[in-house]
Amino acid sequence: MSGKPRLTYLNGRGRMETIRWLLAAAGVEFEEVYLETKEQYNKLVKDGFLLFQQVPLVEIDGMKMVQTRAILNYIAGKYNLYGKDLKERALIDMYVEGIADLMQMILMFPFTPPGEKQKSVDSIKEKATNRYFPVFEKALKQHGQDFLVGNKFSRADVQLIELILAVEEKVPDVLSGFPQLQVFKTKMSNMPTIKKFLQPGSPRKPPPDDHYVETATKVLIK
Amino acid sequence: MAGKPKLHYTKGRGKMESIRWLLAAAGVEFEEEFIEKKEDLEKLRSDGVLLFQQVPMVEIDGMRLVQTRAILSYIAAKYNLYGKDLKERAWIDMYVEGTTDLMGMIMYLPFQPADTKEKNLALIIERATTRYFPVYEKALKDHGQDYLVGNKLSWADVHLLEAILMVEECKPDVLSAFPLLQAFKGKISNIPTIKKFLQPGSQRKPPTDEKFVAVVRKIFNI
Repeated sequence: MSGKPRLTYLNGRGRMETIRWLLAAAGVEFEEVYLETKEQYNKLVKDGFLLFQQVPLVEIDGMKMVQTRAILNYIAGKYNLYGKDLKERALIDMYVEGIADLMQMILMFPFTPPGEKQKSVDSIKEKATNRYFPVFEKALKQHGQDFLVGNKFSRADVQLIELILAVEEKVPDVLSGFPQLQVFKTKMSNMPTIKKFLQPGSPRKPPPDDHYVETATKVLIK
Repeated sequence: MAGKPKLHYTKGRGKMESIRWLLAAAGVEFEEEFIEKKEDLEKLRSDGVLLFQQVPMVEIDGMRLVQTRAILSYIAAKYNLYGKDLKERAWIDMYVEGTTDLMGMIMYLPFQPADTKEKNLALIIERATTRYFPVYEKALKDHGQDYLVGNKLSWADVHLLEAILMVEECKPDVLSAFPLLQAFKGKISNIPTIKKFLQPGSQRKPPTDEKFVAVVRKIFNI
């Protein structure tokens, strides 16, 4: 037993990607098991590994954790990426929940019918530029610090850089009206653990393609 | 000024109901300001008090908290309903995410097209009886204690009771195969603060009817 956390999911981003980001940012090495067939998934269910018969699954510290948010909360708490007190935690929670809402639109994108894909991109662009990015731009401008909360690196920063890069894959110039976020993006990308995660060969997964959608549908949805 | 928490939402369950439950269970008195028409929401937005232009919003301890989970986590932690350490917290989070998924299905039911209601209702009952309730029944059976986590009342217990009552509104005998959940329901309902919340005249909101659906659609443009 290696003692490293072990992640079980599809070989793609989906709901596991944010967990990969957070572990990587915390400098934690992890192993991955990829679900490629329905039989593998059925076996996990049968063996009682999946509390609600769903993945992500992260085996960590003797627990078989499921539910993305529960997993992220645990990792953030364990590696001191969750603020110093209840109020900082509340602010971090507000930020990451907003980020998750926009990320959800990106997550669903590969599964939208071809005829609706452009509308979806437009909606992502609209929400990013009018609802979400202004909040983070303002926060950074107001306190003038490098990190979103408490002048200290937290999960909010990790999740925001992940979001920025994901939105840019769909809307390349999305940060054009957000100078603070441009600086933030550069600073976060240069943090050693994140820089390493952004290099080829890291556990970071590529944007979802047709094969991913096919596998996800076959293994989890059907 | 300390004052009571103040809740901003429509006069119905929606995403605010779990927050009302948790505050009530913690014995915390709260005020409510109801959004009754579109203009009320627009005013909140133009006053700049909604971080992501959305409700729920709860004014508490000098903060304007938004995002349901951020609000619930803050309340749970503040009132010692979030376990004694990271691991108990992880279990509570996993359980709560499960009940959130289940209650989410029920919350959207009144908003779905009439011709899909029967199918969706059947799915809710199926999920409740094959995916969710068995987990909580087993947890209670395995440790034989009154509460889900750490032998102490937590957010997970309050949320589960809320979920049970919501599913029972869909199908009154849904707990027939779950004896421990029946006992749990009885015990948790009798906790003084919760018993009070379950009585007429409390701030608990009734199930959403067609009339209220129309109001909500108008206010939120959905």
